[in-house]
Amino acid sequence: MLNINNLHVKLEEEDKAILKGVSLDVPAGSVHAIMGPNGSGKSTLSYVLSGRDGYEVTEGSATLEGADLLEMDPEERAAAGLFLAFQYPVEIPGVGNMTFLRTALNAQRKAKGMDEISAGDFLKLVREKAKALKIDADMLKRPVNVGFSGGEKKRNEILQMAVLDPKMCILDETDSGLDVDAMKLVSDGVNALRDAGRSFLVITHYQRLLDHIRPDVVHIMADGRIVKTGGPDLALEVERNGYGDLLAEVG
Amino acid sequence: MAVAQAKIDALAARLDALDLPHGGFTRAARAEALARLRATGLPHRRDEYWKYTDPASLIAAAAPAAALFDGQEPPVFDTIDRLRLVFVDGVFDAEASDDPALAGVEICRLAEADAADIHWAKSVYGVLEARGQDPVSRPLAALNTAAATDGVLIRATGRAAKPVSLIYLHKSETSDAILHHCVRVEGGAELTLLENGPAAARFNKVLEVDVAAGGRFHHVRAQGRDHERRAVTHCFARVGEGALFKSFTLTANGQLTRNETVIEIVGDNAVAHVAGAALGDGRHGTFHHDDTVFVTHDAEACESRQVFKKVLKNGATGVFQGKILVKPGAQKTDGYQISQSLLLDDDSQFLAKPELEIYADDVKCSHGSTSGAIDETALFYLRSRGVPLEEARALLVLSFLADAIAEIEDEAIQQEITSRLEGWLARRR
Ligand SMILES: Nc1ncnc2c1ncn2[C@@H]1O[C@H](COP(=O)(O)OP(=O)(O)OP(=O)(O)O)[C@@H](O)[C@H]1O
Ligand SMILES: [Mg+2]
Repeated sequence: MLNINNLHVKLEEEDKAILKGVSLDVPAGSVHAIMGPNGSGKSTLSYVLSGRDGYEVTEGSATLEGADLLEMDPEERAAAGLFLAFQYPVEIPGVGNMTFLRTALNAQRKAKGMDEISAGDFLKLVREKAKALKIDADMLKRPVNVGFSGGEKKRNEILQMAVLDPKMCILDETDSGLDVDAMKLVSDGVNALRDAGRSFLVITHYQRLLDHIRPDVVHIMADGRIVKTGGPDLALEVERNGYGDLLAEVG
Repeated sequence: MAVAQAKIDALAARLDALDLPHGGFTRAARAEALARLRATGLPHRRDEYWKYTDPASLIAAAAPAAALFDGQEPPVFDTIDRLRLVFVDGVFDAEASDDPALAGVEICRLAEADAADIHWAKSVYGVLEARGQDPVSRPLAALNTAAATDGVLIRATGRAAKPVSLIYLHKSETSDAILHHCVRVEGGAELTLLENGPAAARFNKVLEVDVAAGGRFHHVRAQGRDHERRAVTHCFARVGEGALFKSFTLTANGQLTRNETVIEIVGDNAVAHVAGAALGDGRHGTFHHDDTVFVTHDAEACESRQVFKKVLKNGATGVFQGKILVKPGAQKTDGYQISQSLLLDDDSQFLAKPELEIYADDVKCSHGSTSGAIDETALFYLRSRGVPLEEARALLVLSFLADAIAEIEDEAIQQEITSRLEGWLARRR
C-alpha cells in the first residue's frame, strides 16, 4: 500500500535535515505503529506524505499503491486515498463542520468521477458515523474545530476519516488529549475501519493506544530514521524502559 | 488658505456645469443646502476626512467617462419577489418599472412630488442630511440635496407586502447621476429596500431614512460590477425608540467608491447595524473602496454594530473610517465595530481609522481592525481532505466574509448575495 524508500527531507527555509533516510513498507490490510522521542521527525513524515508546504525532499521516494505521492498536490493525495489525522487539528472559523465535510467528500467523489452525494444520504452517513463517536449534533453545526476541546478535536478527525473512507490512514498522536472513554471510542472507530483493503500508520507515544489498536509491526524512529522495527512487543519494551537502551543498542 | 480657495473654486466649477432644480416642497431645503455648500466648498484631498481617498474625480465639473460593462450573469435579486423601480443613468424609467402600488407603502417619484407644496418628505428631505453635517461636513451630500434631479420618496405605513427594489442601469459612458431618496418608516411599519446596479459613469446618491418608534427598516445593496464607474453615496438614518435599522452593502468592482453611513440613534432601545463586504481586484485598473461610518448614540440602551470586510488583490485599496460617538446620557449603550481585510497578495492595502468617543460612563463599546492573508494552515487542512486549492481558497474567503453577510436577515436575499460572492470568486480561479 504505502512504500517509503530512503526518504530524505530538509526544511525549505533553512538548511536543516529532518528526515535522514526513512524506509517503510505498509502492506494492504496491516497496521504499523511508529514510536519515537519528541522531535525525531514523526509528524514531519506525516506532513511530507500528505504534501504540506515548507519541506523539500532531497532524496528517496514515497508511493501509494505504486503512484508517486511526492508528485501530487495534497488534494490529489487525498483523492488517491491518503488521510492524515492531524496531531494538532486546525480551527477554521466561519466554515461549518458539515459544510467542511460535505465539500471534502464531494471534492473527492468528483476527483473519482462520481456524482455529488445527495443531501439526504450525506446527512444519514454523517449522523451514523458521528453517533458511533459520540459526536453530538451541536458539534457538527459549529465551525470546524472552533471551541472544541482537545479530545473533541481528535474525535472530529476520526469522524472525517470515517466519512471520507480513505485507504491509507495516518494517525498522528490521535490518542494524546483523550480521556479513557474517548480513547476507547476512537480505537473502536479505527478498528471498525480495519479491513483487508485499508492500512494504518499509527504514530503514538503510548502503549495504551496499541492495546486497543493491535499493530502488526512497530517501528522506532529517532533522529530522522527508523532505527528499529519489531512486533507489538517492541512497544511494550519502550513503555517499560524508555528509549535510552534501545537507542544505545542501535548506536 | 490655498486649500480653502481651491474648494470654493471647485464648487463654482461644479455648479456651473449643473442645472439646479428649483422644486416645490424641496425648494427651501435645496437653497439651504446650497448656502451650506458655499461656506464649505467641495472636499479636497488635504481634508482630514479625505486623507485616504482622493475626491478629485468625484468633484470634477464633468464626470470621467466609464466604459459600459457587459456582464453575462442575470442581475442580482432576480429571484426575489419585489417591486421594481428602474433608473437609467439617473432618470426614472416608468416603462421599465413596476406599477408603484404596494400594500403598506406609498411611493412617489421625487421629480413629481417636487411640484407639490406639502409633502411628508418635507421633514426628511435635506433634513437628515443637514443633521449629519455635524461634527464633520459632508459637502458632496449637501451638493446632492441642492442638485438632485430625481429619486423616490417611500413611506411605509404598514408591513410592506414585498421589498422595494431600486435598479440602477448605466447606459451612457459619460452619465453623471445625482439621485436623492427619502424613506419614512412609520411606527410599527416594516420595509425592505433593495438597490443594485452601477447607476452611471459617476453617481452621487443620498438616501435619507427616518425610522419612527417601533419601525423596522432593512436595506441591502449590491453596487454594480462596472469596472470603471465612480460613486459617492451617503445614507443618513435617524432611528427612533425600539426601532430597527439594518443596512448591508456588497461592492465588487468600480474604480472608486465612497460609501458614507451616518446614523443617529435618537430613541431608547433601538438597534442599528451597518455592514459591508467589498471585493476588489485591481487588475482592471484601479479599485479603491472607502467605507466611512459615523454612528451617534443619543438615547439609552441602544445597540449598534459596524461589520466591514474587504477582500483585496492586485493593488486594490480598502479604506475604513468608522466612529462611534456616545453622547452624554446615552447609558447602557452597546456599541461594536469591526473592520477587517483579507489581502490576497502583497500589492494591496487596507487603511483603517477606527474611533470611539464616549461621554457616558455606563457603556459597552469595542472596536477592532485586522489585516491579514489567507490562513495557510487552514488551506492545507482543507486540501489534505481533498478540497482543490482554488475551492479551498474560495471557501476561506467566504468564511472571512461570513459575519458581514450574516447581517442580512432575509435568507433568500442573503443567498442572492452569497451567490454573487461565489461568482466573483469563481471568475478569479
Ligand atoms: N517548519 C519547521 N520549522 C522549523 N523546525 C521544524 C519544522 N518542522 C519540523 N521542525 C523540526 O523538525 C524536528 C522534527 O519535528 P516533528 O514535529 O516531526 O517531530 P515529532 O517526532 O513529531 O515530535 P513529537 O513527538 O514531539 O510530536 C523538530 O526538531 C522540529 O523542531
Ligand atoms: Mg509530532
